Amino acid sequence: MGGVQYSKIAEIKGPLVIVDDVENAAFDELVEVETSEGEKRLGKVLEVGNGKAIVQVFEGTTGLSISGTKAKFVGKVMEMPVSKEVLGRVFDGLGRPKDGLPDPIADKFIDINGEPMNPEQREYPKDFIQTGVSVIDGMITLVRGQKLPIFSGSGMSHNLLAAQIARQASVVGTGDDFAVVFAAIGVQYSEAEYFRRSLEESGALKRSVLFLNTADDPAIERIITPRVALTVAEYLAFELGMHVLVILTDMTNYAEALREISAAREEVPGRKGYPGYLYTDLSTVYERAGKLNGRKGSVTQVPILSMPSDDITHPIPDLTGYITEGQVVLGRDLFRKGVYPPINILMSLSRLMKDGIGEGSTRADHSEVSNQVYDAYSRAQEVRALAGIVGKAGLTEIDLKYMDVGDAFENEFLTQATDSNRTIEETLEILWDIVSKLPKNEITKIKDKYIDQYYKGK
Amino acid sequence: MAARGRIVWVSGPAVRADGMADAKMYETVTVGDSKLVGEVIRLTGDVAFIQVYESTSGLKPGEPVIGTGNPLSVLLGPGIIGQLYDGIQRPLRELSKASGSFIGRGIVTTPVDMTKKYHFVPSVSIGDEVVGGSIVGAVQETDLIDHPIMLPPDHKGGKISKIISEGDYDLEEEIATVEGADPVKMYHRWPVRKPRPYKNRYDPTVPLITGQRVIDTFFPIAKGGTGSIPGAFGTGKTVTLHQIAKWADSQVVVYIGCGERGNEMTEVLVEFPHLKDPRSGKPLMDRTVLVANTSNMPVAAREASIYTGVTIAEYYRDMGKDVVLVADSTSRWAEALREMSGRLEEMPAEEGYPSYLASRLAEFYERAGRVRAAGSPDRDGSVTLVGAVSPSGGDFTEPVTTHTMRFIKTFWALDAKLAYSRHYPSINWMSSYSGYLADIAEWWGKNIGEDWLDLRSQAYGVLQREDTLKEIVRLLGPEALPDEEKLILEVARMVKIGLLQQNSFDEVDTYCSPEKQYRLLKLLVEFYNGGLQALKEGATLSDIRELSVVSSLLKARMNIKDDEMPKLEALHSDMQKELKAVTGIKVSS
Repeated sequence: MGGVQYSKIAEIKGPLVIVDDVENAAFDELVEVETSEGEKRLGKVLEVGNGKAIVQVFEGTTGLSISGTKAKFVGKVMEMPVSKEVLGRVFDGLGRPKDGLPDPIADKFIDINGEPMNPEQREYPKDFIQTGVSVIDGMITLVRGQKLPIFSGSGMSHNLLAAQIARQASVVGTGDDFAVVFAAIGVQYSEAEYFRRSLEESGALKRSVLFLNTADDPAIERIITPRVALTVAEYLAFELGMHVLVILTDMTNYAEALREISAAREEVPGRKGYPGYLYTDLSTVYERAGKLNGRKGSVTQVPILSMPSDDITHPIPDLTGYITEGQVVLGRDLFRKGVYPPINILMSLSRLMKDGIGEGSTRADHSEVSNQVYDAYSRAQEVRALAGIVGKAGLTEIDLKYMDVGDAFENEFLTQATDSNRTIEETLEILWDIVSKLPKNEITKIKDKYIDQYYKGK
Repeated sequence: MAARGRIVWVSGPAVRADGMADAKMYETVTVGDSKLVGEVIRLTGDVAFIQVYESTSGLKPGEPVIGTGNPLSVLLGPGIIGQLYDGIQRPLRELSKASGSFIGRGIVTTPVDMTKKYHFVPSVSIGDEVVGGSIVGAVQETDLIDHPIMLPPDHKGGKISKIISEGDYDLEEEIATVEGADPVKMYHRWPVRKPRPYKNRYDPTVPLITGQRVIDTFFPIAKGGTGSIPGAFGTGKTVTLHQIAKWADSQVVVYIGCGERGNEMTEVLVEFPHLKDPRSGKPLMDRTVLVANTSNMPVAAREASIYTGVTIAEYYRDMGKDVVLVADSTSRWAEALREMSGRLEEMPAEEGYPSYLASRLAEFYERAGRVRAAGSPDRDGSVTLVGAVSPSGGDFTEPVTTHTMRFIKTFWALDAKLAYSRHYPSINWMSSYSGYLADIAEWWGKNIGEDWLDLRSQAYGVLQREDTLKEIVRLLGPEALPDEEKLILEVARMVKIGLLQQNSFDEVDTYCSPEKQYRLLKLLVEFYNGGLQALKEGATLSDIRELSVVSSLLKARMNIKDDEMPKLEALHSDMQKELKAVTGIKVSS
């Protein structure tokens, strides 16, 4: 790589190196930092001016010295080489091969930051994705081009769920070209390995691209990992016409790396020490999902994040929820009860569901039957809380019916094996089984014609 | 003289340039070799601090900065309606022609098509005296919008010395000449940060009908008023705002997507051309302007987008139209202020927001109002401002929510608990309020039903009683209450399901006419009073609960269309019959 080299280092702090007497460096430019031992690391310019450049070093500053360090300004922003050959490959968190194979031959080099999609050129997502997981297909429907995160907590079964979605969503929708892009951001090696194996067993590995930054890899690299992954995903989707499912896990680690840099730059913090621009920054990751007019492919994102102390109001899940098109929230109570997938449907939501379901894609009664079950389950939760205080004896007959509905929902609908792949018809069938446990006059959200057609009660 | 300086420092959207002694505060400048658009926001010596409205990636110290001499302005003239603009009024459709599916940088476009011809009909003659804001003629902008051509409000006025005859002209044609002044064209520019002047301001007294029952019936907003919708994510802010933008009875709607999702703007673009205005039957897009700065677009333009939108709204107000401006979300705008403030190294106030957050919010909401426009002939128009707030963690005590509450009069508090139980719109009836109730009650009384305010108070009273009773139920169970109080719980449930809840995605329920709102309200209140009477006369609560009219009342909002009022009449007499019957049985036995 060409470029101008400087060796006057003014300061090293945290992940930052401040270079003096710099001319002609550009904001956001890629920097090659060389240690006194000749080891090369990558970084980028965060701030430039008055002869100084502040450089953020992705692999960390351990071992760098004021006197022996050289910084080379490469003259371009960070780019990811892409081509069809990336399929089936494993890269590190910065997009360098990690599987012992040579660099893929690049078809082109793309700026990893991407550019914002013009909202006028977006195609509104409405193609139903059957994941085979009843609760998602029936009540939190995922559509192509959506960004739907999984809000989890430490130790819960988000990995099983994401892997199941990746396996099962890939096999239906036959004929269409699909791919899975998986980015591990600071997760344990075993979790990343679980995904790889799961993709391998389902035969999807050769249609997948893996980017691995595990817990023992440099933390600052995590700023880059989702961006290289999404750059590849956009290339596969919009240049090669594939339907790409992107799984990013765990975005909490990403936000923490961002906080580390912000703290090193001594910026005024927003909530809980996270930088004031956390929302904007997260959006430059999450908004890279969607469909474009006149192009065949799509990028669907399923980011996973762990809520610190299961707190959904923590800045990371909070700001994520404001950007993404819904959320799938895992519940600690259900998880403790041994329910899989332990999805708390009342807190979960898919904003794009309304356009992805109904006549022509799933079934005309889908929306209404799902609303009725939401309503019934919410009533069941209220009744359960009341029963905890006044005891079952204090409940009315109709209250008891709702209790039954709540149990049936959790045992018959929600609960599903990790290898069970239900069709949408099966899913709707179970929803009607549940609704049919209620007397007809309790059904306020379904039109009479559907009740006549599908209601199984007396 | 235009300032010509050089970049000395770059950090994200913030740039410092020296050699800028001639620059003015809030002047627009072009930044760097790729000619990015920026705005001067601080001057120290000859160093200007500039916020750049496009991505600064690759920008270098030493590149030129050139002043334009003008503050950030919008172009106002026919052709605005139906457009989708970015935060600084660049049409996104034109940008996509220049840079494809993704937004490129340094692209120069005009906000409207300057070559399109409009049929101009003059309304002044030679020798007429005109002043700033006066109308000289009109064109038809869309099927729905007649567009008077006004002199700029700061025009010094004078005698008309030339006026073009009726015919088709483009925007650059000189349509009129005022003695000793610049030629008058169909468009003019106006700086976005400067409110457009008007003659008089009135108190709002006419409700803005949104077709949303919980808004119109319980927490109404007036034309020219201000309202705010705060809510945690997933509580339905955007859907509620979309509903207002769709069904409000205004002539023009300005929708600002400020730091929100790209797909939401796409949804409006896809949906609005197919939706019909319930009053005129024309596509809604024919009265709508969109301003989009999605969350991943440059943050400085997000700050500008609010001003761009409200200036366009004021322009249509000056024509004598009622305009609704919907901003989703003012929190993202406040965050953009915070980000720039941080880069300016200003001393932060609460949660890192700058100390001038409150005054900026106040300035924005003060641009709402019902006014008599400047110039002749006389015309009255209004700008109604509705802003969403996205409080972090759903906490209404955070700075943007608390400051906003100081400057608005209608507060629609969205409640996560209601949303979790799928009660939509999730507007909490206990914590929301409207300061316009007294002002607009007369309109309802005169136009819809004399007893409207009284019915509304009675229904609201039931909800309030229920709120207190719920505490007791939570401790002792429902069986601990006497029948009269159980009836309150039952009627409150009916008010919630049959009136407050509204399904935006249901063809019938999405819009509810004031007439239907009034009748549903009346039915429920009469059901309560009749039920109470029946209890007194010996009926039991389960008799009342099992009346077949109950489920009809609950489903009436979906089953009975706006033009089927006789069906509501029939429901009314059924209800009275059934209530009477249940009383009768008990009395006779």
